[in-house]
Amino acid sequence: MKFAVIVFPGSNCDRDMYFAAKDALGADAELVWYQSANLENYDAVLLPGGFSYGDYLRTGAIASTSHIVTEIKQHAAKGKPVLGVCNGFQILLESGLLPGAMLRNKNLKFMCHFEKLVVENNQTMFTSDYREKEVISLPIAHGEGNYYCDEATLLKLKENNQIVFTYANNPNGSVSDIAGIVNEEGNVLGMMPHPERAVEAILGGADGLKLFKSVLTNWREAYVAGA
Amino acid sequence: MLQAPEITPEIIEKDGLYRDMGLTDEEYQLIKNILKRQPNFTETGIFSVMWSEHCSYKTSKPLLKKFPTKAPHVLQGPGEGAGIVDIGDGQAVVFKIESHNHPSAVEPYQGAATGVGGIIRDVFSMGARPIAILNSLRFGNLTTGRVKYLFEEVVNGIAGYGNCVGVPTVGGEVQFDNCYEGNPLVNAMCVGLIDQKDIQKGIAAGIGNTVIYAGSRTGRDGIHGATFASEDLSEESESKRPSVQVGDPFMEKLLIEACLEVIHCDALVGMQDMGAAGLTSSASEMASKAGTGMEMDLDLVPQRELDMTPYELMLSESQERMLLVAEKGREQEIIDIFEKYGLQAVAVGRVTDDHQFRLLHKGKVVADIPVDSLAEDAPVYHKPSAVPAYFEEFQKMDAYYPEVKSHGEALKALLQQPTIASKEWVYDQYDSMVQTNTVFAPGSDAAVLRVRDYDKALAMTTDCNSRYIYLDPETGGKIAVAEAARNIVCSGARPLALTDGLNFGNPDKPENFWQMEKSVDGMSEASLKLNTPVISGNVSLYNESNNQAIFPTPVVGMVGLHESLDHITPSFFQAKGDAIYVIGEANSEFGGSELQNVMENKYFGKAPAIDLDVEVKRQSQLLKAIQSGVVASAHDLAEGGLAIALAESLFSKEELGCEVDLNGDLTVQLFSETQSRFLVSVKPEHQTAFESLVEDAKCIGKVTASAGLVVKQSEGIVVDEKVETLKGLWKGAIPCLLKSKA
Repeated sequence: MKFAVIVFPGSNCDRDMYFAAKDALGADAELVWYQSANLENYDAVLLPGGFSYGDYLRTGAIASTSHIVTEIKQHAAKGKPVLGVCNGFQILLESGLLPGAMLRNKNLKFMCHFEKLVVENNQTMFTSDYREKEVISLPIAHGEGNYYCDEATLLKLKENNQIVFTYANNPNGSVSDIAGIVNEEGNVLGMMPHPERAVEAILGGADGLKLFKSVLTNWREAYVAGA
Repeated sequence: MLQAPEITPEIIEKDGLYRDMGLTDEEYQLIKNILKRQPNFTETGIFSVMWSEHCSYKTSKPLLKKFPTKAPHVLQGPGEGAGIVDIGDGQAVVFKIESHNHPSAVEPYQGAATGVGGIIRDVFSMGARPIAILNSLRFGNLTTGRVKYLFEEVVNGIAGYGNCVGVPTVGGEVQFDNCYEGNPLVNAMCVGLIDQKDIQKGIAAGIGNTVIYAGSRTGRDGIHGATFASEDLSEESESKRPSVQVGDPFMEKLLIEACLEVIHCDALVGMQDMGAAGLTSSASEMASKAGTGMEMDLDLVPQRELDMTPYELMLSESQERMLLVAEKGREQEIIDIFEKYGLQAVAVGRVTDDHQFRLLHKGKVVADIPVDSLAEDAPVYHKPSAVPAYFEEFQKMDAYYPEVKSHGEALKALLQQPTIASKEWVYDQYDSMVQTNTVFAPGSDAAVLRVRDYDKALAMTTDCNSRYIYLDPETGGKIAVAEAARNIVCSGARPLALTDGLNFGNPDKPENFWQMEKSVDGMSEASLKLNTPVISGNVSLYNESNNQAIFPTPVVGMVGLHESLDHITPSFFQAKGDAIYVIGEANSEFGGSELQNVMENKYFGKAPAIDLDVEVKRQSQLLKAIQSGVVASAHDLAEGGLAIALAESLFSKEELGCEVDLNGDLTVQLFSETQSRFLVSVKPEHQTAFESLVEDAKCIGKVTASAGLVVKQSEGIVVDEKVETLKGLWKGAIPCLLKSKA
């Protein structure tokens, strides 16, 4: 299985995502510059955190207009996994692959620390290695992670079981404590917390590793004969 | 705006216009002698910034020479963008500290942000990937609206820049004292990692090679920033706001990636960032270091605004710009790399053999200066020094001893002092984890970052107790270096080297100069003893407001090496039943202590004494014990003494408490700030081994599961406080001060 880590100008968690996939998970991974032509050779797409285009205009807004996002949409339409973390989540929102928008944190400050999350849906290709309602600890690092959507959208997210992670102690004001959501098809996950920062005990915890393992396990089951 | 063509060399001399640029009459005459004619307006500006204290160290040079700068593991000492130290396996660590005090006093967000941007450029211009940012901040007490504003915006600026650029802010220190009210200190340190084969230098070698300008366009911001940094702050400083640059961290992030790609292109000859004094200093220093000359056509310099004069182009401190020298004919290879990142890179000049710094503008020569005269011929001043009256008075005083009624209440008061209180409000705003190497984030004695793919890690810290240095600069200077090393050792690393951020008042006042002299003496002696040479640094003088100097504040930024990941040691207690040891006895030393601050609201008397031989012995024995695997946690004793160290050791794991038994004067035992002391916890099965390795260790009690901090004396309980209560006070103090109405 091969992961593509998309690098936009201003991405800064790209290498972290790459090391998580390559070293911690032991999978094949490549950094893919945003001007690359296509994603045909990759099985999963990882959109890393950072400040693509310096967060100018709106977080994720400028990156969402780049050609590679069209490629990502095609990749997603084939049912292949797409994971957007932090700024990657913001890009997924801006590009319409996921519903909703981000507001500034309710205290108007950037915040960086470990937060407790609840795995609300362990039936996705990203979370099948977690137990239902498992409480995990992942770092957050964002100034604009206050997820917002209107009531109709929220209702739909709930009905379709699209809310994957919630905060145990909502740090930023997100609607319904939302920390991460999937699309209706379940193959595009956006989340503010950083699983790639929690893949080794020496970094303060390894709760994020199961997310990457889930993707790998599910891909093998689907595509590798005899798996 | 001054327009160069209207002001002739004759007018500059007759009206003494050079004085407005910070040059003295003598310096102007010296320039005339060098040029053998009157300098024109552009040339006068170029000399004035290059000969400013900020760029030439003309006042501090005689003192800086005293620092030990060499050791077998030092690959690059002072003089380049940053110093470099060998860490084995063909790798090296690159680091430097720099101040951005004056800009931060008038425009705190941009002042702090561009301070971070500048120091990061110093590190990646050497070819190193920046892996960590630390800072050292000083403010007035958080009682006025202005101080709160400065504090909040400086933190905001550091976060805004550092978070975006993707370099984790992993550590630092913040202290609060009245002397910094009008003149806060903002020192930023950057640490980089490099393969030794990739080390770059800022040289313009190879006659005929091409000079390339890369990054942001040049605008009118930051003109004369270096000169502004070399003056006292005053009522008029507000009008210097245009001297403060505006940062763009997105541009910096692109520059980092582009430059780190460019270093692998062998068409590159040299690279330097445009920091203080912008294009002037980078270009002239690169030529001077290579023993060449340089000619640049200023019409080719990318410009942000119309009709910029040569004076403005040369003195602008617009951010996120780099100057490179490429092999002639291979410029395009380098330009292509910058273009990949959407950055502008253009050829603006060439390396010459005539040792002249020559600038062309609209077909005319607008400056023609012997290049070495800018970088090397600045006058060096040996300022008079005089022992301040306050120092003599303090030395004669009887030792100060505070009368403490309730030791539990004193502990609570100390925990709420902003200098001691939790800085979580600050560091939660910094991304401390990006790049996924951070083992110990802010809040530990030293930050620790593992070196990916190797069984080793780096420890780093910034330290300076300026109260001791004010009371006794020589002793305080020794303590600053020793304390930084203590923090490194507590984390389990061997101290390697230091970078100094020297912040002082106006050196023209003999008392201030004496403080500089003595603190440098003390620091030099300690760095020699502790084998931590000074490999880079920065001098910031004229830190005064309303004619009042700050406490002398020579910040020490230190880096150490963990020879194995197994040596990484936390600073807080780990498990119930572990034995608690104190290394070193307490004497009655309260001059400059936090307790003196709480009780007297001022500092006086003698600074705590320090014996460097004892310091070296204890540090090396503790490090050996850590490396032998018999230490569960180690924390240095600093502000607030043993009581604060005990409390801090309990704030990470809430279920733990401690019970200690102390003999002798309780105030001294709990709160004295006697130096060279450590608080260590040891598993019961390791006690014998630990005691055989560390001579001066004394067991005072054990870690408990009671979640209480209990101090006993002669079997009676003298302090019994809930850890939860203490932690609440400690964590809440700074947010509470910020919320309260000024």
